[in-house]
Amino acid sequence: MLREWRRMSNTRGASVVFDGVQKSYDGENLVVKNLNLDIAQGEFLTMLGPSGSGKTTCLMMLAGFEPATHGEIYLNGNPINNVPPHKRGIGMVFQNYALFPHMSVAENLAFPLKVRGMGKSESEDRIKRALEMVELGEFGSRRPAQLSGGQQQRVAVARALVFDPELVLMDEPLGALDKQLREQMQYEIKHIHDNLGVTVVYVTHDQTEALTMSDRVAVFNDGIIQQLSPPDVLYESPDNSFVAQFIGENNKLAGSVVEINKDICTVKLDDGTLVKADPVNVHNVGDRTSVSLRPERIEVAPDNSPNNLVDGKIEEMIYLGDHIRVRMNVAGNNEFIVKVRNRRDKRPISAGDVVKVGWDAADAKALDEAV
Amino acid sequence: MSSSETLSVEEQLAAGQSDDGIVRAADGTPLKARLAKALRREKLRSFLMISPLLLFIVFSFLLPIGDMLFRSVENQIVQNTLPTVVEELERWDPASGELPDEETFAALAKDLKVAVEERIHTRLGSRLNYEESGFSGLFRTTGRAVKKMESGPYKAQFIEADKDWGELRTWVILDSFKAPYTSGYFLSAVDAENTAEGVQMKPENERIYLQLFMRTLWMSLAITFMCLLLGYPVAYLLAQLPARTSNLLMILVLLPFWTSLLVRTSAWKVLLQGQGVINDILVWIGIVDDASRLVLINNQLGTIIAMTHILLPFMILPLYSVMKTISPSYVRAAKSMGANDWTAFWKVYFPQSVPGIGAGAILVFILAIGYYITPALVGGTSGIFISNRIAFHISTSLNWGLAAALGAILLVLVLLLFYIYDKIVGIDNVKLG
Ligand SMILES: Nc1ncnc2c1ncn2[C@@H]1O[C@H](COP(=O)(O)OP(=O)(O)OP(=O)(O)O)[C@@H](O)[C@H]1O
Ligand SMILES: [Mg+2]
Repeated sequence: MLREWRRMSNTRGASVVFDGVQKSYDGENLVVKNLNLDIAQGEFLTMLGPSGSGKTTCLMMLAGFEPATHGEIYLNGNPINNVPPHKRGIGMVFQNYALFPHMSVAENLAFPLKVRGMGKSESEDRIKRALEMVELGEFGSRRPAQLSGGQQQRVAVARALVFDPELVLMDEPLGALDKQLREQMQYEIKHIHDNLGVTVVYVTHDQTEALTMSDRVAVFNDGIIQQLSPPDVLYESPDNSFVAQFIGENNKLAGSVVEINKDICTVKLDDGTLVKADPVNVHNVGDRTSVSLRPERIEVAPDNSPNNLVDGKIEEMIYLGDHIRVRMNVAGNNEFIVKVRNRRDKRPISAGDVVKVGWDAADAKALDEAV
Repeated sequence: MSSSETLSVEEQLAAGQSDDGIVRAADGTPLKARLAKALRREKLRSFLMISPLLLFIVFSFLLPIGDMLFRSVENQIVQNTLPTVVEELERWDPASGELPDEETFAALAKDLKVAVEERIHTRLGSRLNYEESGFSGLFRTTGRAVKKMESGPYKAQFIEADKDWGELRTWVILDSFKAPYTSGYFLSAVDAENTAEGVQMKPENERIYLQLFMRTLWMSLAITFMCLLLGYPVAYLLAQLPARTSNLLMILVLLPFWTSLLVRTSAWKVLLQGQGVINDILVWIGIVDDASRLVLINNQLGTIIAMTHILLPFMILPLYSVMKTISPSYVRAAKSMGANDWTAFWKVYFPQSVPGIGAGAILVFILAIGYYITPALVGGTSGIFISNRIAFHISTSLNWGLAAALGAILLVLVLLLFYIYDKIVGIDNVKLG
């Protein structure tokens, strides 16, 4: 069905450029501060960030509902600051779906086609295909209120795609769904994207969603993109401690740099322990830093000898089936989490034990001091 | 057969299903009965809670209205005052073209003597005077003359006392109002009357009520329409603005409620009259010549202007509360799909605001159709409503029967319009917030 849709529609993704865009609502505070962002054709880009970080504002500027206070936005290389929203040809899925309650599902889908003056038979054809694409072929005559949340969501996606936009914006489209439905919809949206080749700008504050769906993720905080990278890079090589903190689980050890080389540095933790780390965001001896460590990269009583080995006192153990979550006290940090794989040959450990924990210097990222 | 055959009684009870198909509770009583019993207490409680209001409404609203409606057909006065005449008139055929016989006149003498004793004959006179002027005088003069009538023949003596007794019309009217219940008030209320040839419309120059009903209807519609026209953009603006500003402006919308209706209407008098503010300004600017000042008051225009102003908040409030619930994302969604501002408004926003229009229109129309003070003060003669006429009959002419008939017609009219409205728009499609 999807392939058929693609053959029928001549969709190719659009490219988007944000060039030095700023936005202020009240003339006092910048909600978006100097946004520079290149979105490639056909890319699935996710804006991820905490509440109030300016994600929706960026989307609204791109869709044309909010004017940029400064800077220019380009769509396919053309500046669009002065193009009204209805002439931008951007499909949009709203957080609350915004399905027109006084129209049936089919009428909702017919709306963008009708305002484009498309003929009746062609538009009926398209509506049918679009509904089949989201597996709602039978529901054309229903009102939105007669659909479940997941079905409404799929109608919203179908409506945003039915007129072949080159760019689709989605503002937390899955926010209202339960976990299971959400995962299913994530898969379906990703699937549609892969098949249609349309450019998608997706907003969420669910990091798992961002990691599983996106080609690249832009992590927002306080109106600034903190990092723009593919999901794996984002997780494994965070640029700063906000990103490390925001994406996935993370242990931080505060200290200051005592020695720094090109790709390794030595950090003296606040309790006096010396550890080696990858100097990502520190430049000089004496810099305050927060060393970031993923729980699954730490080993308890390692066989080989990694370049960091410290003592840890086990505080608590939680059995999770495939792994055991161990909370321990390392270098004065009481919330130090280690994930121990559940292997048959595991050594017995229990709460209260003092064990050696080790990790590779490349897995320890010396970032800016966490706030 | 059903599978219940294979189940023991206990099993059936446990399943809550017996073989007669009635669902039963655990102790074997039918579930419906149990439920009804459980709900009865609940119902009784609700009833007790509303009963004070119910009593109040029954005594202060339903009973008086019922009494009023009853007055529109009640007509026992003829039978009570002239019982024997009414009996004799049974034998008389008004279509014969002849006056009733001597026996009827004798009965009239007998009844009138009693009535004069009790001093109730003038009351009958004024009652029949509603139907035909002259009856009041007829009964007064006859009342004096009848005391002197010792013996028959009476016919000549009555005609001698007042020649109206020799007129066929007098007797036709008496005959048609002899019944204890009459359609006479209702006929008058629609400009018709009972004549010897049956029900007929009154002569052209005596008709007033039908025209008045029509005027009340179309002016109420015009006022409703004006309120919608003026109120919709205001409500729209209020709904779009941030809460702080809109709350402030809402106070301005509600401000008229803080002043008395009388004051507001009188203010319109000051504004609209010939030497009033509006005319003065127009003359001063030079749009209107001093000699031909606009007539803005004491006509229909005056009523429409003043009532539109007074009823406007009743349109704005329901509109606003409905528009407030329409999320701005709908219009945005429409625009993102390629609709221009107007299409987005007309195809997406407007349909969702229709329940507010419905509620506002009904509210304004119902209030307008029964409005009384404002038309009375600024309407002159051409701008008054049916309610002004009803008030006139209640307090000035004291023809309560006619007032009741007019009121009943108005009531039916409004209910009829409600029905039509329900059929076209649907009463579910009305939302006050
Ligand atoms: N219409 C507006 N007027 C004034 N300030 C606004 C407006 N819309 C958003 N803001 C402010 O701009 C900031 C960014 O808002 P935005 O809606 O872009 O956040 P977001 O990243 O989408 O957050 P969320 O995840 O909660 O949706 C917030 O501080 C918010 O208060
Ligand atoms: Mg948002």
